[in-house]
Amino acid sequence: MMLLRRTNGFHPLDQLRTQMDRLVSDFFGPMPGAYAPRVIAGPRSFPALNVWEFGDHLYAEAELPGMSSDDIDVSVVGGDLTIRGHRGEQLEDGSSYHRRERGTGEFTRVLRLPIEVDADRVEASLKDGVLLVKLPKAESAKPKKIKVAAG
Amino acid sequence: MATDANATPTAENEAERTRTGQWFRPPVDIVEKADELLLIADLPGAASESIDIDFNDGLLTIEGAVAGRYDEKMNALLAEYGVGNFHRAFRVSEQIDSNRIHAEFTNGVLTVHLPKAEAAKPRKIQVQAS
Repeated sequence: MMLLRRTNGFHPLDQLRTQMDRLVSDFFGPMPGAYAPRVIAGPRSFPALNVWEFGDHLYAEAELPGMSSDDIDVSVVGGDLTIRGHRGEQLEDGSSYHRRERGTGEFTRVLRLPIEVDADRVEASLKDGVLLVKLPKAESAKPKKIKVAAG
Repeated sequence: MATDANATPTAENEAERTRTGQWFRPPVDIVEKADELLLIADLPGAASESIDIDFNDGLLTIEGAVAGRYDEKMNALLAEYGVGNFHRAFRVSEQIDSNRIHAEFTNGVLTVHLPKAEAAKPRKIQVQAS
């Protein structure tokens, strides 16, 4: 069994390990014909995102352990999903780090959404450090059945 | 100090893996305080009841199971990280009072408190004037 290192780009060293890890850790694997959304903020900015489409919704998920909903700000403006937040440090006086791998600080990630969504009805939830953003597709983006009129 | 036991797998921690699926090595902070060591690990998506903490003969092992969140009917548009179980092991050379080890899991972060044994706590020695 092989242990994979989590790379989420939060720690500067992650950028060095990214390439190799991406080869082995991709869950979905290459999806033939899948639309790849244009990433504005660069592929390795924090947080890493998994985005998928299911039914009438688009979903975006990010791992944000150690943050509460007050630390995270999610918005959709002009077809861009923005996830912003910060993770603080809780080190008390008189303690010292033997090992420090967990990053802290502020982050912003902007993703151009591949499908038009209804920004007023976007919902976000946070459970056990996993943020899930549920984005209803705009009416105009839903598939429509066109009736063929017999001539 | 606590050293990473994953670097040199031993027979005991190799034998631990009974769950199937993909495994990840979570990022960990180890903090020393006056009376305890703290191990802090990011285990996003793990359920608190699935987390196993084992301390045996100086080897601290943490494991967390993560339930799959995706199914194949979903049309993936962007996949930047994998989801799977967590495993990590450390050799702890400090004397730890293993009966008082306790842990909490909040917002996907596991904190394990490893209280130092009485013998390992710093003690001020009074110098007697003769």
